[in-house]
Amino acid sequence: MGQTLYDKLWSSHLVEEREDGTALIYIDRQLLHEVTSPQAFEGLRLAGRQPWRISANVAVPDHNVSTLASERSQGLAGVQDSVSRIQLQTLDDNCADFGIPEIPLDDKRQGIVHVMGPEQGATLPGMTIVCGDSHTSTHGALGALAHGIGTSEVEHVLATGCLIQRKMKNFRITVEGSVGQGVTAKDIALAIIGEIGTAGGTGHAIEFAGSAITGLSMEGRMTLCNMAIEAGARAGMVAVDDTTLDYVKKTPWAPKGELWERAERYWRTLKSDHNAIFDRDITLKAEDIVPQVTWGTSPEMVVGIDGRVPNFEDMPSDTARAGLQRALEYMGLEAGMAITDIRPDVIFIGSCTNSRIEDMRAAAAVLKGRKVAPSIKQALVVPGSGVVKAQAEAEGLDEIFISAGMEWREPGCSMCLAMNADKLEPEQRCASTSNRNFEGRQGSGGRTHLVSPAMAAAAAVAGHFVNVEHLEEAV
Amino acid sequence: MEPFIVHEGLVAPMDRANVDTDLIMPKQFLKSIRRSGFGPNLFDDLRYLDEGVPDADNSKRPLNPEFPLNFPRYQGASILLARENFGCGSSREHAPWALVDYGFRAVIAPSFADIFRSNCFKNGLLPIELDEAVVEQLFRAMYEQDGFRLKIDLSEQRIEGFGSESLRFDVDEFRKDCLLKGLDDIGITLQRESAIRQFEETHRHQFPWVFDVVEI
Ligand code: SF4
Repeated sequence: MGQTLYDKLWSSHLVEEREDGTALIYIDRQLLHEVTSPQAFEGLRLAGRQPWRISANVAVPDHNVSTLASERSQGLAGVQDSVSRIQLQTLDDNCADFGIPEIPLDDKRQGIVHVMGPEQGATLPGMTIVCGDSHTSTHGALGALAHGIGTSEVEHVLATGCLIQRKMKNFRITVEGSVGQGVTAKDIALAIIGEIGTAGGTGHAIEFAGSAITGLSMEGRMTLCNMAIEAGARAGMVAVDDTTLDYVKKTPWAPKGELWERAERYWRTLKSDHNAIFDRDITLKAEDIVPQVTWGTSPEMVVGIDGRVPNFEDMPSDTARAGLQRALEYMGLEAGMAITDIRPDVIFIGSCTNSRIEDMRAAAAVLKGRKVAPSIKQALVVPGSGVVKAQAEAEGLDEIFISAGMEWREPGCSMCLAMNADKLEPEQRCASTSNRNFEGRQGSGGRTHLVSPAMAAAAAVAGHFVNVEHLEEAV
Repeated sequence: MEPFIVHEGLVAPMDRANVDTDLIMPKQFLKSIRRSGFGPNLFDDLRYLDEGVPDADNSKRPLNPEFPLNFPRYQGASILLARENFGCGSSREHAPWALVDYGFRAVIAPSFADIFRSNCFKNGLLPIELDEAVVEQLFRAMYEQDGFRLKIDLSEQRIEGFGSESLRFDVDEFRKDCLLKGLDDIGITLQRESAIRQFEETHRHQFPWVFDVVEI
């Protein structure tokens, strides 16, 4: 019987299986950041333990950093919020104490951990990758087994080099055909979640396949795998192909010379066998996918741009009607209203879902020669890393954003989770390229609509959601 | 970790589906670098009428009188009764830390989010999955009866205190064993140190590039 990509990655890292079905899995790379690591380091110290393999780890501050140039230019000393400063300082101290490599706050390579990792080659195909952040599934785009873990697990991986896991089931989602103009990886991801629900992938590792997926750039594949967790799957992945290898080859920490040849030979085997068995297998048609906009407080509350907020009659049960009621109240929307009638106050282009160079280019292409509508109170563009920022600036994208009336910020998680000053005020409505629209995610009482970068840019210009392909008629 | 063998306690409700970790532990408190003291901010947005900030004196804040955990009848509760997909959202372990710090030892729900469930076990909090219909009955019994208590026996995998028959629940054998002994995962894994070393050597041989030291 053939093996799936996930089966292969699993078995090549299996140290041993226990009788009860749990297993010890060897971890090749752990990424650390300031929010979920301090308690893990504390735990190591309390138990008098040392890291198992120091070089398995790479750290970077990202979640809780200011995105203002004025604050960032002074490094750690410039951090205004004292709690944040302590957290950032603690990461530096812990890395120094244990000898763990860290990209510091003022380094050009600093960025959101899931942008920095693939970009630097810290994460590579075939690796097992963990990080104390649920969107670690992003790295699966490289043909790796990557998933988010909790802080106790961060400590466990630090101390033992392994993770206790139970094998997940195999779920293949095939998207065949080619998507229409204005439809991006983000729309594919949201359409899939709309189809299978936020618990649809629970207990499964999802492999994304099909011509619409292999046609995506690495950036697009990362966007897609990033959202696997929003479909309930801890890991999402895409098989290795030329696109993967071309991307990896350019990264600074990729193997070189003969080692590269060897690695490439192995990496090319990282795909599901043609006779592999999947526990679940669904197929979507790319042609059916239009740009998506979430209207509610869960990523599965999503509809195409030409659609409407659901009506109570459309709901299958009382629980669903109650859920709709609560979501509408929170979001300040009417049942049955057209998506294009929803008017955001704030635009956020950023997060580990959509802050890579391709995302910056897509948003800039829409904003070029246009202005942000006067009704928009704030419009932020937050590049995912210093490398993305520098590249965007070299291409003049920053000037396009600024002359359109947007703010061009320093890299970090920013308004994706609103731990720092970038957050929504109560009842403010945001067109956001991030990944979660839960109540309060972007600030207490804030209302989030998840969209692609191009759609966020189009909403910025029109002052309401609009199909980016029809923006010309709307303004 | 405190062992979990038998626990008897007052039951309190969290009567809504898809309670995410952000609702359990709002993100502004994630800035803390400690792993204790999160209890007073459990369900902060629902529990208080004002907005919570880290390191505030929570005893002086206005309580939301409509939030069940603030009702006198649920004071001292140690078993939380919840609805489906409890603990969805981010992987933040602050959510189980807050539940434990508040005084909960078990959560009963029709289903849990994966990461949250495993985070519970690692922190001595027992997540119990029961049929939706059974959970519904428990909710009814709890609402009808002031001071509704349950007794959870982990080694027997039984819940008593509801009707004449005890309720059986399933639990992963390995997790159960760790909870019963109060064993931490790391200690258990390190007992296999030589097996890990051996694996690592083979792995290094096969995939040497993984072991290249990253120079920052
Ligand atoms: S951008 Fe958002 S989802 Fe991504 S790592 Fe940061 S906080 Fe997590």
